[in-house]
Amino acid sequence: MALAFDEYGRPFIILKEQEQKTRLSGLEAQKANISAGRAVSRILRTSLGPKGMDKMLQSPDGDVTITNDGATILEQMDVDNQIAKLMVELSRSQDYEIGDGTTGVVVMAGALLEQAERLLERGIHPIRIAEGYEMASRIAVEHLERIAQKFDFGPTNIEPLVQTCMTTLSSKIVNRCKRALAEISVKAVLSVADLERKDVNLDLIKVEGKVGGKLEDTELIYGITVDKDMSHPQMPKQIEDAKIAILTCPFEPPKPKTKHKVDIDTVEKFQTLRQQEQKYFDDMVQKCKDVGATLVICQWGFDDEANHLLMHQNLPAVRWVGGVELELIAIATGGRIVPRFQELTPEKLGRAGLVREKSFGTTKDKMLYIEHCANSRAVTIFIRGGNKMMIEETKRSIHDALCVARNLIRNNFIVYGGGAAEISCSIAVEAAADKYPGVKQYAIRAFADALDAVPVALAENSGLQPIETLSAVKSQQIKENNPHFGIDCNDVGTNDMCEQNVFETLIGKQQQILLATQVVKMILKIDDVISPSDY
Amino acid sequence: MAIEKILKDDASEEKGERARMASFVGAIAITDLVKTTLGPKGMDKILQSTGRGNEVTVTNDGATILKSLHIDNPAAKVLIDISKVQDDEVGDGTTSVVVLAGELLREAEKLVAAKIHPMTIISGYRMAAECARNALLQRVVDNKENAEKFKSDLMKIAMTTLSSKILSQDKEHFAQLAVDAVMRLKGSTNLEAIQIIKKPGGSLKDSFLDEGFILDKKIGLGQPKRIENAKILVANTAMDTDKVKIYGARVRVDSMSKVAEIEGAEKEKMREKVKKILGHGINCFVNRQLIYNFPEELFADAGILAIEHADFDGIERLALVTGGEIASTFDNPESVKLGHCKLIEEIMIGEDKLIHFSGVEMGQACTIVLRGASHHVLDEAERSLHDALCVLSQTVNDTRVLLGGGWPEMVMAKEVDELARKTPGKKSHAIEAFSHALVAIPTIIADNAGLDSADLVAKLRAEHHKEGCNAGIDVISGSVGDMAELGISEAFKVKQAVLLSATEAAEMILRVDEIITCAPRKREDRM
Repeated sequence: MALAFDEYGRPFIILKEQEQKTRLSGLEAQKANISAGRAVSRILRTSLGPKGMDKMLQSPDGDVTITNDGATILEQMDVDNQIAKLMVELSRSQDYEIGDGTTGVVVMAGALLEQAERLLERGIHPIRIAEGYEMASRIAVEHLERIAQKFDFGPTNIEPLVQTCMTTLSSKIVNRCKRALAEISVKAVLSVADLERKDVNLDLIKVEGKVGGKLEDTELIYGITVDKDMSHPQMPKQIEDAKIAILTCPFEPPKPKTKHKVDIDTVEKFQTLRQQEQKYFDDMVQKCKDVGATLVICQWGFDDEANHLLMHQNLPAVRWVGGVELELIAIATGGRIVPRFQELTPEKLGRAGLVREKSFGTTKDKMLYIEHCANSRAVTIFIRGGNKMMIEETKRSIHDALCVARNLIRNNFIVYGGGAAEISCSIAVEAAADKYPGVKQYAIRAFADALDAVPVALAENSGLQPIETLSAVKSQQIKENNPHFGIDCNDVGTNDMCEQNVFETLIGKQQQILLATQVVKMILKIDDVISPSDY
Repeated sequence: MAIEKILKDDASEEKGERARMASFVGAIAITDLVKTTLGPKGMDKILQSTGRGNEVTVTNDGATILKSLHIDNPAAKVLIDISKVQDDEVGDGTTSVVVLAGELLREAEKLVAAKIHPMTIISGYRMAAECARNALLQRVVDNKENAEKFKSDLMKIAMTTLSSKILSQDKEHFAQLAVDAVMRLKGSTNLEAIQIIKKPGGSLKDSFLDEGFILDKKIGLGQPKRIENAKILVANTAMDTDKVKIYGARVRVDSMSKVAEIEGAEKEKMREKVKKILGHGINCFVNRQLIYNFPEELFADAGILAIEHADFDGIERLALVTGGEIASTFDNPESVKLGHCKLIEEIMIGEDKLIHFSGVEMGQACTIVLRGASHHVLDEAERSLHDALCVLSQTVNDTRVLLGGGWPEMVMAKEVDELARKTPGKKSHAIEAFSHALVAIPTIIADNAGLDSADLVAKLRAEHHKEGCNAGIDVISGSVGDMAELGISEAFKVKQAVLLSATEAAEMILRVDEIITCAPRKREDRM
């Protein structure tokens, strides 16, 4: 530990309880940070690409998660190191912003750190490295824009979108039926997309899963599913042209907020109270009936009596529906959420073409499907799968695919996947490096080397010779001046990603490069780590 | 350079080979655990719970065994999970699915040791699973058109399922019970409608299926014990003190006489309610909630049979069988649908009195009364019967049937083997391994029966090279036999689910190359 001494040799106490803290500074601190960052990226490295492996994570409570999704792995890893936490943040922000490429961004940051370490050893100042990286990232992003291609699609021509989603899904465990899932995701996104504003509200897409069946049974429902059943076992299981009253008030006598007491001291009072109570129930049910509702969906429970009255009036009802679901139902059916019975009017009812109850398997699991809604802007993706882990993983994969589709709608430029974009950028950055005088040149060149890390990892994971493959592809790109060549992970026989239909979104790639550079810069700038030592 | 520690203190991380090793070992250990229960001569396990009383369960059912285990190995948890799902989805084959997945991993372990990449193994397994499924699809028998034959199929399936359980001694009897019960459901898979009542005493053979409905309740005092042409009102209403539900209501009186008055009013209210109920013209009243003495007395006076505290399931089933609706208000007697049945009487099973509804309108529901020497026997019998019922109800919907006794595995193995020969590249090894894993199932069945498995399976394989062969392992005589003649059948849906979920699970475990175990959450001492 670096200590300051006065002229008599006594140490100065600078930090509070200095002896109990460990302190790393200067090059040592940077190296420690870099190695922590690289340790995280090393974990994710094998998950990259279509032949990437999964990680099994056991949570503090003993639940098992098996996943391939970078953001999920890091989230659940429960890291302790501060720098490692930064990497986790990095992958999370890629997840929030883009939704896909969470593994790639960490791998790239790791590679940048690795290169930086070498430069540091040669005595280059970290700030210089950071500046060089910044410059190089700008070059790469601009180059991406140049090689990006515009992708035309419309509500009828969804094929390009499907292809891009398939690239995303091919690295997940669901790649067995990636085509079907990609189609489902694209259709879901398109049905909620606002093509004019180029915006997609992913909240309108609900992803539900139920254990059982096959992955192939996964379906897109133009409507809502609710994990509830009719409140009374003998209510009809199927309602056509339903008019839905969406209530947030219980079918119970009112409970005023102010404290009150009703004193009963005579028989008459007792009887009037009784009649009053009956009237309440009658009124409530009658009101729903009067406005012409054929289905009542309620956030709260009903009393037995209310339940029977509803049944009696031939008014099916669902109780204990959650707030979020209630909102989605309201959006989908075009109804309004009604907080009081008095405010129930025919205009506030939601409409759906078909409401049905469906049961699954040998257990008595039932779900309510609300389909053909007035406003079909809310959709549900209903996932089936062999076990819970599979469903959770499918949910994550679908989420990635949805995000990709959304990004394409926002910005319909794509670059080629399979490492092609990275290799092309690397060539461009390398070429640009020579134009910069001074120390930065080294940093820019290091950036170019770091860009190669993604295709190398891809090749490694696919069981190819990494260096051989990369150099072959690189020379091919330069020779033919065509940025479409990438790593042939699936052993198809061609390097041309255009033919293999492997696409990624432009903004996703750009974001990856920018985010990775940012984090690396941040890590490089740290030159002092002060932490409480472990006793 | 020392690797920087990035995980928390107690967390552990296993990588590459070691991670794979850990998951293989865990999965194979689980497989070996349940392996011995497979097949008609499989053994049972005793499970002792750690809870109070150390309750003991004796079972042969894979799902039940695995459910009760506390496992720490993540890969083993995956296997337990698939067995649970198999139970929920098709009800039977819970052991087979774990054993197959375990065997697939055992084979994969060898391949990994021979330096074949897990991804290659996975793609081989996928091809093999698809091919195996197609092989089964080609050989299925579908007797949907022929009701007579279909019924005998069902019977065979039930007997095959039951033969590996505790009920194997009386499997014909129970198979008949299960088939009859499922046929009554008429295609619905809602097993709720089949009620199983367990009464210790007698022997398993005394179990019977009752066409009507049995409610495990007593008839109120002084009420008729037998009613013909009963009109039943099924209700869910408070018959104790009918509380006023308006919030904050309370009684405050200033003299004793007032108390009496209000009590009187309350009684009057109840009397009115009873009167309204009587107004439906019923002669039997079944309530989910309690009936207090006072209304009970009123019912007795009117000569009406009142049954209190029928549980929720009971009441739903009763409503289902008698065709009545569950009522909670009684103001409009004309529009409430009443339930009907020909005869209600009190019957005795063993020493207990039960209420028996016979000649019900809708024949969907029925009751199976299980008799047996002890609670353990009964519990196991119920599980076995549940398996059989599940399989049958699924078969009614998907009528495709296969032969049993290791026949489907051999058929699949043969096809998969052929595929392996045709496939170029490393995948072919994985495909071959798949067929080995399939053959392991008849091997285990034979081993469990104490037979010479190597000899038998080799014979079986030879038989299967003939066209249209029906050979399988006949465990009883200990030789290769014709499964069609022996009447051993299995439902296609079960086999398919076993095949697909086992492959899926094996794939999932194979894909893992790193296990990160988080630090266990510290329990706070509340002492």
